[in-house]
Amino acid sequence: MKDKGVGAVKAEYFTFAEPPHELKLVSGKTLGPITLAYETYGKLNKDKSNAILVEHALSGDAHAAGFHYGDKAPGWWDSMIGPGKALDTDKYFVICSNVIGGCKGSTGPGAVDPKRGKPYALSFPIITIEDMVKAQTHLVDYLGIKKLLCVLGGSMGGMQALQWVASYPERIKSAIPIATAIKHSPQQIAFDEVGRQAVMADPAWNEGNYYDTAKKPERGLAVARMIGHITYMSDKSMEDKFSRKLKDKDYSFSFTADFEVEGYLRYRGDNFVKRFDANSYLYITKAMDYFDLSGGKLLPKVAHAGVKFLVIAFKSDWLYPSYQSQDIVRQLKIRGIDATYCEVKSTYGHDAFLLEIEEETHLIKHFLRRVHEDRS
Amino acid sequence: MKIDHKIIAATVSRDAKVLDLGCGDGELMELLTNEKNVRAQGIEIDEKAIYKCVEKGLSVFHGDIDTGLREYPDKSFDYVILNQSMQQARKADFVIQESLRVGKRLIIGFPNFAYFKARISLFFKGKTPITKSLPYHWYDTPNLHFLTISDFKIYCREKNITILGAQYLGHKRKVRFWPNMFALNAVFILER
Repeated sequence: MKDKGVGAVKAEYFTFAEPPHELKLVSGKTLGPITLAYETYGKLNKDKSNAILVEHALSGDAHAAGFHYGDKAPGWWDSMIGPGKALDTDKYFVICSNVIGGCKGSTGPGAVDPKRGKPYALSFPIITIEDMVKAQTHLVDYLGIKKLLCVLGGSMGGMQALQWVASYPERIKSAIPIATAIKHSPQQIAFDEVGRQAVMADPAWNEGNYYDTAKKPERGLAVARMIGHITYMSDKSMEDKFSRKLKDKDYSFSFTADFEVEGYLRYRGDNFVKRFDANSYLYITKAMDYFDLSGGKLLPKVAHAGVKFLVIAFKSDWLYPSYQSQDIVRQLKIRGIDATYCEVKSTYGHDAFLLEIEEETHLIKHFLRRVHEDRS
Repeated sequence: MKIDHKIIAATVSRDAKVLDLGCGDGELMELLTNEKNVRAQGIEIDEKAIYKCVEKGLSVFHGDIDTGLREYPDKSFDYVILNQSMQQARKADFVIQESLRVGKRLIIGFPNFAYFKARISLFFKGKTPITKSLPYHWYDTPNLHFLTISDFKIYCREKNITILGAQYLGHKRKVRFWPNMFALNAVFILER
């Protein structure tokens, strides 16, 4: 079957929070003006009831589907978004925006601070998942949408979906948190901190001031990404993918990359620095570490707005283990909310949310159909 | 329609809130939703069955029924249903007690081990019974508990569980005479 995708797409930009109407952040600081890069796929219907907001993960961006001019690779969730796919663009209007703090078109530490006429760098305020979502509400307002049919995403995208539930339940009909958690665990914080330390230990990082220098903290960021990739896979998926295969016939008896797994990690690390800003990595991982909707904060309102839930976890995901998704389910049970939870059998580890397309499609497609048909 | 499903559908009141423990592919929940407009939530351990439930537009939690009830507040459901699943739970007594806690009423359906053909098999042939309601071999059965209608009545008495009603089922119709001998399955409606 030929893959019918959404075709050629390009990012759009929406700017708001112009002074003196800056966005008030959780930290107490303010940020403005803010630009959000976003893409949309499909058509918004007349009563604006078919809009779905896709939330990206740590290293994702607004380019979720289709092809940018000249690109060989499609958006990061292209297998899920398009005509006839899980997020069927013949039926739904799909939105994806780059988070604030990001580096793919939305305002982040690499953006120019209009007050100082140079990049924010570390003068960019610390942001939280709550702030990211708050910024998204402005975009949703701008698009004229009162209530989203669904908010969904994997990993940090799932945290944003949960934050929508906590902060704006009246503005969403359903949420699909995938391979995520209601709070970052010490293990997750630890991995993030090692990544940040790798960046900050790179002399080229220079306290975050490297935007106008030729040398960027690429080594540090590459190491951070290598660590990340290990946590996204599973023991089994690494065995299947690399085993102990060598790049050459024999050991080199040196510190070059002998094993395919070493070559892969180096390649992934080196590729990442071409497309990602080191300071954004610091800010976004920090936002994830601050994320904590435990202790009844996920569903704070007594009269719950009737949000429908589909919670998805993956068996071999040890970075966001299924018990964390079951924590979400427990919150729903305590509040007597009907929902669906599925732990999908997969060997891909945390990466499964980008790879187990068949299972995700089945679950999401039917779930969305029911939510869409339910006009109550 | 399966005769046990028919009986359960007749028992459940309209617009009720129902929890189906071990709901399988959601056949009963779908029936109850269509016929009685219930609000149904299922719990099921089998991943493939979860996909079938989702296809039907049903809500289902992937998990086992031994640990699946803890978070629910008391009397969260009008009915908890344990149809052909209690005998597969590890801690059957605990699951029944928990079901009576979270549900106002419990509908429980199980195969009768004292069915006459089972008795013949054991008594005359000396073989582990295989019947229409207990169709497995000793080595491939998912059942962990084997009980009779009489056993269950004694259990309810000892645990102070009120039996509001009981239906006894043969292959195609209800059994009225000597159910512990002639019923393949039983469906009890319980309350505490």
